[in-house]
This record gives sequence, structure tokens and C-alpha cells, in this order.
Amino acid sequence: MATPTNIIEELVNREYRYGFVTPVEEELLPPGLNEEIIRMISAKKNEPEWLLEWRLRAYRYWAKLVEEGAEPRWANVTYPPIDYQAIRYYAAPKRRPKSLDEIDPEIRRTYERLGIPLEEQERLAGVAVDAVFDSISVATTFRQKLAELGIIFCSFSEAVQEHPELVRKWLGSVVPYTDNFFAALNSAVFSDGSFVYVPPGVRCPMELSTYFRINASQTGQFERTLIIADEGAYVSYLEGCTAPMRDENQLHAAVVELIALDNATIKYSTVQNWYPGDREGRGGIYNFVTKRGKCLGRNSKISWTQVEVGSAITWKYPSCILIGDNSVGEFYSVAVTNHYQQADTGTKMIHIGKNTRSTIISKGISAGHGQNTYRGMVKIMKGAIGARNYSQCDSLLLGDKCGAHTFPYIEVHEPTAQLEHEATTSKISEEQLFYCRQRGLSAEDAVSMIVNGFCKEVLRELPMEFAVEAQKLLGISLEGSVG
Amino acid sequence: MNGAALLEIRNLRVRIEGQEILKGITLTVRAGEVHSIMGPNGSGKSTLAQVLAGREVYEIVEGEVLYEGEDLLRMSPEERARRGIFLAFQYPVEIPGVSNLYFLKAAMNAVRKYRGLPELDAMEFLALARERAKLVELDESLLQRAVNDGFSGGEKKRNEIFQMALLEPRLAILDETDSGLDIDALRVVAQGINALRHPDRAIVLITHYQRLLNYVTPDVVHVLYDGRIVKSGGKELALELEEKGYGWIAEEAIGSART
Ligand SMILES: Nc1ncnc2c1ncn2[C@@H]1O[C@H](COP(=O)(O)OP(=O)(O)OP(=O)(O)O)[C@@H](O)[C@H]1O
Ligand SMILES: [Mg+2]
Repeated sequence: MATPTNIIEELVNREYRYGFVTPVEEELLPPGLNEEIIRMISAKKNEPEWLLEWRLRAYRYWAKLVEEGAEPRWANVTYPPIDYQAIRYYAAPKRRPKSLDEIDPEIRRTYERLGIPLEEQERLAGVAVDAVFDSISVATTFRQKLAELGIIFCSFSEAVQEHPELVRKWLGSVVPYTDNFFAALNSAVFSDGSFVYVPPGVRCPMELSTYFRINASQTGQFERTLIIADEGAYVSYLEGCTAPMRDENQLHAAVVELIALDNATIKYSTVQNWYPGDREGRGGIYNFVTKRGKCLGRNSKISWTQVEVGSAITWKYPSCILIGDNSVGEFYSVAVTNHYQQADTGTKMIHIGKNTRSTIISKGISAGHGQNTYRGMVKIMKGAIGARNYSQCDSLLLGDKCGAHTFPYIEVHEPTAQLEHEATTSKISEEQLFYCRQRGLSAEDAVSMIVNGFCKEVLRELPMEFAVEAQKLLGISLEGSVG
Repeated sequence: MNGAALLEIRNLRVRIEGQEILKGITLTVRAGEVHSIMGPNGSGKSTLAQVLAGREVYEIVEGEVLYEGEDLLRMSPEERARRGIFLAFQYPVEIPGVSNLYFLKAAMNAVRKYRGLPELDAMEFLALARERAKLVELDESLLQRAVNDGFSGGEKKRNEIFQMALLEPRLAILDETDSGLDIDALRVVAQGINALRHPDRAIVLITHYQRLLNYVTPDVVHVLYDGRIVKSGGKELALELEEKGYGWIAEEAIGSART
């Protein structure tokens, strides 16, 4: 009988499409973490002394947390203890390209199979791509064109070499290494990531995009992204992620920092499709990520949009600190958990400036044995006169073995603040499916249509090319992807 | 008007949750005909409609159903729809977040694809949808709204007729589409039904009221009582039922069962 549950099961049982391994020779550091490893990472990247010192301070802070047993346990997820000494903290393809033409053909093929063209001429219209393969960035397209406008878009390592003053000024200014356990770990061992700087008054003419790929086994990925939009600047940035299928769990602990100055806007979109593990919950990526933006300037705006369909466990809260008067924070999220996936995700909106506004739209979809938790905080500080927040958290259940949970925390220290919160939980019913099928739609298309309808408010926030991609992905992750 | 048999139901017995609801239905509907099925609440009218459309919660105990000469009961609900069976639901289902227009375009193209016709693009579909919306006097703003979401009872019914007018089914089964409609809406629904009438098509009207039959003249009226068709007749039967209720038929039925 075609109940929603078994349709979802069928859909969900399709294979993960990005689970292949690329046969390239990689340079690997031995597993384990100590000061020596950190010095080696730093030396490989020819980093300045101040950065090495910063990494070491972060490492010592993290080591203290480990000693105190202070790894966070408050999220609504369960997993066996992680052995941090068994993880490899650096893996990089041996052949380092000097230009796009020199990219290892195997890696080029990998990105082609993932649908990410590295060739500028066969680009997605108007999207510049930075591709990060395991620990290092392998290609950044469209550099030249962007440079003419004064926009810096390069790998983090290059930024350290070529724009050390910018990196030094802003690194850790939004997410200090003391912020949390995984941020400390990332600060100690981060290997690469993307760096963006948009100068005053410049509107970045194309989507900037980073594609993260984990390839090597037993390896963690710890990238670091830093985006600065100077006064009156605008930038839209998108990240995508995939990884091979493996029985082991791999750790991904990234840090993303965004800074928006006066009248600047940053739009940050994520389509996260790390390997989610198999049907029985074996393997998959642990996605423990710290993402935060600071609206430093007046009238600045930071908008997070995320479509989270992959990973065995997702633990992330892209947040906004609204310091500048009239600044705006937004969080639009779709999180899908299927099989034995677990997600604990949401946002923090901290209102400090006057007339600051924030919007939170969260859509959680659970299928199989998936557990989906929304956890969000809205904090209105004293003096944030006229602050406003609107939060909406909707959950959709497909089947009866999955779960949806909502934990909204609200803290208000300013009497003029206005907050609104709405929450709903619904199920795809047998009646809905039958109605769609009676009109000629297949069960898969019906589920996909209902799920996409449920997520519409979030999907329309994505840049167009990626909205289509994300819709497919939703279909795929439930039927394989939402087609 | 006696065309080829489009639908042949033979001794159909259906159960739900252990209880037999349809207790041996036999009925033939030919192309070009309009049949009306009447009967008291709970007699099994919707059950019959839903079983014909392929609802899987019902258990078929016995019997067979042929549609265009083929075994209907083996087809999935979507295959039946694509082959031209349309059910206007007694209780149309709400699908929040999915626009009516988008939903119907997907449905229409699924049907067209099955029949080997080229899919309609957004513009072509919109033009057709507007034309059909006009036919059933459906407010255009309802096209953009989510499927049945927050529609009034009458709007839902009208939307069902609109969908029927778009999809142009071969066999339309209307389950109490006339209930809860004001006079104008009733006229419009009747108009929609009459526009669909065609020598190749057939319509089954499930209704409690004779008033729809003033606008749409049925070829045959059946009375469904406790899971059985206990009487069939011409359009006068509907008038008689309206006048006398179902009691006399029940007695007749029991009487004939005794003999
Ligand atoms: N899912 C179900 N579980 C249990 N009983 C059911 C179910 N669906 C239908 N029935 C029963 O089957 C019988 C026939 O119902 P059906 O909806 O077919 O009647 P109907 O003739 O359409 O009535 P109405 O005129 O009120 O619409 C009723 O007694 C009803 O309670
Ligand atoms: Mg009924």
C-alpha cells in the first residue's frame, strides 16, 4: 500500500550520488593532534608568526577544554565519543596548480561529476567558484574580472599571503577561538577556505561560490571562511558540499565569519549535501559548524539561507549580531533528516542597535528515523529600542518513526521590542497523496511537490540557479532529491 | 446514446477495517451516458467512488471492474487518472504551499506525457487555465492560491469542476459536487458538467438532491442502499425519491430479498 511512509522509504533509499572517491595522490600528515602538527600545518602554508601564535593559543584553549571534558553535549543529537587523535588534520593533493589549466585532471573530473565547472568559459552564468578539495583550495575562477572591481576572492591561504593586514584585522573578530569547542579546534587546525573582501560602494556582479569536497579518508575538514563587505558593498555568496560514502564518520568543523559595515549587505547561501550515512545510519559526516555574522554598520544586512540535506549529524546555528542601528538579520532554513540523520540547527539573533530587525523562517522535514531539532535564540539587549523579530518554525513529518523538536529561546531586556513567534507541525497525509495521484501525479512527484511547497519561502531566497538545484536535491534526498 | 461500455463493475465487494461496505455492486456505464447515484448517508457512495479512483485503504473482497475493457483494479491511482478517470472529491484536500496553477500544470503534463502529447509550457497552460476558469466562473485569484487552502466550501467544489474542465476526463465521477452550493454555483457546476458531455465520455453524479438533475439530465438513476444498488430507473426516480425518501425502497429491497 502506498502510504506516505513507504513512498518516502522508496525515495530515500536511492543512492547518494556524490559518494565516489577521486584517485589522486595526496600529501597527508599523520593522524593525531599536538603542537607539532599545528606547526607543520602552519609551516606548509608558509604562515606569518602571528598566525601560528594564534593557532597555538587556540589549540591550548581547546586542549584545556578536552581535559575538562567540556566537549558540548547540549545539542539534541547522540553520537559515540570522537577520537580526536585518530583524525588526520591535513590532506592535500600533491600536484599544486599554479593556474586553472594546471589542475590535476582527476580533480577537474571530480568537479565535473559534481556539476561544478572549473573552466571559466563553461561556467554557470555569472558564478565565480572557489573549489576546496580536502584541505586546500584548488581553483578559483574569475579572479581577474573581480580584481578589476577591487573585489578580493581567493583561498584563505592566499589571503594570508597577499592581504595579511585584512586577515589579521578581522580573523576571529566575529567568532573568537574561545567561542566554543569546535571553533577552538577549527582555529587551531584550519587548513583553507575562502576569503572575500568587497570594497566600499561596490556591488559584486556575480555570485561567489565555494565548493567543498572531502575526498581523503580519516580526514577532517576544517575550513575557514571570512567575508567582509565594506561600506555600501553588496555580495552574494554560496557554498556547496559533498563527500564520498564511507563507513566511518568524518568530522567537518568549519567556521564562517561575516562582517557588514555601514549600508553593506551580505547574502550567504548554503546547500549542504555531505554524505549522510547509509540506511542503517553507518558512516556520514559530522557537520559541526560555527557561522556568525556581525552587522557592524548602520543599515547593514546579513541574510543566511541554508538547505541542509546531508550529513549524519548537523549542528549549526548561523547567527547575526545586530550592532549597527537599523541593521537587519535574516535566517531562512530548510533541514531534512532521513534514515538515521540528526539535525540540531537554528540561529541566534542578538539585537544591540536601535530599530534592528530580524526574521527567522525555519522548515524542518523529517523522514525515516530522522530527528530534526530547531534551536533558536532571540536576544534583545537593553537599548535596542524598537527592535523587532519575527520567527516561524514549521515541521513536516513523513512517516511515524521520525521526530521534530522546537526549542525557541527568547530573552528580552528592552520593553519597546516586538516579537512574534509561530510554529506548526504537519504531516503529509495519505489523503493529500491520493488527491495528487488522482490528478495524475506520481507519488514521488506528489511528495516532492508538497515538500517544495512547504519550503517555498526559504527556496525563493536562494540565487536562482541554486534554487533549482536545491529543489532537485530536496527531491533526491527524500526520493533521491526533490525533483 | 448507447456507446461502448466504458466502465463495467461486476459483483464488487469492498471492506474497510473488517467491515463490508459494498456488498456486491454490478453496474455498467456506457460512453455518452450520465448516471446518477443516490442513496442515504453511509450507504457507500463515496466508497464506490474512491475505490474506482484507486484509493488503497479499501480492501477488495470480490468482483471485478473493467475500464475501457481492461482490469481497472490493477492500475495505480495515477494510471487511472492518466487514462481519463477523474474524481471530484466530496471533501477536496488542501495542499498548503503548492499553488493551484502549479499543481494543475504538473497534473496536466503528467497526463499529456502519458498520452504521448507534448507538454504545455507555462504560457500555454496559463492561457488554457484562464479560459477554463472563465467557463466555470472561478475567481482568477484562486488560481494563484495554494490548492484548496482556506477555500470556502463552495470554492472548493467549484475548483473541482475547474480541474475537471481542464483535464477533460473520459469518465468523471462527481461525489456530491452539488452539496453546499448556492444557486449560482449550482448552475455553474451544471454548466461545467454539460460542457463535458460528449459521446465518448461518461459522467457519474453522486448526489442527494434532485435539483442538480434539473440542469443535467441523467440517463439512469441508481439507488445505493446499504452497499447494494437496490433500484435503477429513469430520471423520474430522482423525483420520486425526493418526494418519498428512501424508506419505501428499503422495504421493497427487503421484500425482494425474502422472496
Ligand atoms: N476509513 C473508514 N473506516 C471505517 N469506516 C469507514 C471508513 N470509510 C468509510 N467507512 C464507513 O463506510 C460507510 C460508507 O461510507 P461512505 O462514505 O461511502 O458513505 P456515503 O454513501 O458516501 O455517505 P454520505 O452520503 O454521507 O457521503 C459508512 O458507514 C462509513 O462510516
Ligand atoms: Mg459520501
